[in-house]
Amino acid sequence: MLEVSNLTRRFGGLVANDGVSFRAEAGGILGVIGPNGAGKSTLFELITGFETPDEGDVRLDGRSIRGLGPHRINRLGIARTFQKLKPFAHLTAEENVMVGIMQHDSNMRRARDAALAALDFVGLLDKRRVHAHGLSTGQRKRLELARAMATRPRLLLLDEVTGGVDQRTIPGLIELIERLRREGMTIILIEHNMQVLMSLADRVVALHLGRKIAEGPPEAIRSDRAVIESYLGASYA
Amino acid sequence: MARTRPEPHAPRPAPPLAPSASAAGSARAELERARAEPVRPPLSAKQWVWLAIAGVALVAYPHVFDAPYQRHVLVMVFIYALMAQGWNVLAGYCGQISLGQAVYFGIGAYSAGFLYANYHISPWLGMLVGVVISVLVALGIGLPTFRLRGHYFAIATLVIGEIGHTLMLNWEFVGGATGVWIPIHRDTPWYSFQFHDNKLPNYYIGLGFLAAACLVVAWLERSKAGLYFRAIRDEPDAARSLGVDITRYKLVAIMISAAFTAVAGAQFAQYVLVIDPETVFPLLLSILVVLMTMLGGIGTLWGPIIGAGVLFPLSEATRVWFGGTGGAEDLMIYGALILLISVFYPGGLLALLRRLFVRAGDA
Repeated sequence: MLEVSNLTRRFGGLVANDGVSFRAEAGGILGVIGPNGAGKSTLFELITGFETPDEGDVRLDGRSIRGLGPHRINRLGIARTFQKLKPFAHLTAEENVMVGIMQHDSNMRRARDAALAALDFVGLLDKRRVHAHGLSTGQRKRLELARAMATRPRLLLLDEVTGGVDQRTIPGLIELIERLRREGMTIILIEHNMQVLMSLADRVVALHLGRKIAEGPPEAIRSDRAVIESYLGASYA
Repeated sequence: MARTRPEPHAPRPAPPLAPSASAAGSARAELERARAEPVRPPLSAKQWVWLAIAGVALVAYPHVFDAPYQRHVLVMVFIYALMAQGWNVLAGYCGQISLGQAVYFGIGAYSAGFLYANYHISPWLGMLVGVVISVLVALGIGLPTFRLRGHYFAIATLVIGEIGHTLMLNWEFVGGATGVWIPIHRDTPWYSFQFHDNKLPNYYIGLGFLAAACLVVAWLERSKAGLYFRAIRDEPDAARSLGVDITRYKLVAIMISAAFTAVAGAQFAQYVLVIDPETVFPLLLSILVVLMTMLGGIGTLWGPIIGAGVLFPLSEATRVWFGGTGGAEDLMIYGALILLISVFYPGGLLALLRRLFVRAGDA
């Protein structure tokens, strides 16, 4: 479904992504791991059009989407959440989700009803009239998920969906992602929590200093020598 | 983890968008309740009453207070409020801070005044020409600057405001520093858009345009464009990630803003009948509409009107108080006022009123 080939992005002297290639298969969950500064978030920025690659290509169903703006890429079927959450603070939860829906339906009433269904799906129906600045971090994560889903994507990019929320809310978020997968959504997941990754991902891509250092099923990645070295240093491997 | 992980091949997969709560029955009821709610709460009976009282009061005012000066104050309030509403659409709803609104005001004023003075073209048509030119200028400003981030737009509009001012001062074809003296014709008031018997036509025309602008904003608040504006204001990147073409919608906002402001400028020209760059292109005017909107309540329908309604009479009063020597006392007073409002009531006077009003209503 998504094919990334030889993706390279430099910021001055820093190479944030260096020749990264991989494929995300339809209906699967692909995990992306790597220590801080590995280039995971840059990879998402490149796929979603917030950054343009210096080299390489991004293909969605065989068609290059390189150089398209974020809103065009979203309309082609790729939605994302942000690691640093970006709720529309002065909009209600309902309105937040409506923004995502309105590219498909300009009718406020129908868009609102669709927003209610999406809020219900993530368990925020009772917060529909609360402004986003009044929601907890965990609720905002769910809101971002509902908002992204509202654009009816085929591919969903989740940037640390369990980061910064308290441990008790993690199982609920995992269950949400599982349900999305069962509905046929393709998902790419940046995740620091290894337990979460192991329980969700079919395949994992490991990045270190901008390069892909390993790719494979989660069990294999967990015991991969290069991956352990990248996290803990060579002496622990 | 195992507890939450479903069977990989569950016999009955969950239906799409099924309610998440285990008590599906009650969740379904909650969803039905939510669907029955209106998208935006309609005006309550009390709000309708207040709206009707305000409408009747505004229509009746010039007959109750029929001294020319009493009417003059409200004519000016309407013109300023319309201009402030124009700024409010762009900055309050869409988050793009413009510090050069005087350019559109000046273009509106000169289009009406200059075309009538030199070619005897009806100022109504001149107003329309002013709207078209303002909208084109707005596009010319917005297209390059909206691609930039941060405060570049505000800085660019500040510079363009000053360019407009300097340009008009030196452009002899449109009168240079002398400006335009609109010839007085008493015989065709409606064609000439000038009324010399009394200020009633100016009053109702001002009120009418302001009411029309408020209807546009009320519609925006209930439309996709308005929702997109507010999303762009809060988090432009999130809006982009959700399929919103933010450059396009910012351009829509700046075009509406320019059109409102040009109409205000044309009305102003036909009301005072003498315009020059110092009165219709000054930086102070651009700042004043910002202050008015912030004072009243930025990003709200009524904020610009309340702000203009308080600030213009206040500036008149301070002028009377301190004498018309052209000192900066009035500016000092509204500077202090804005400071107090933004520190204690960032929502403006409207938020303050609402609080007092809601409290009284609850008691």
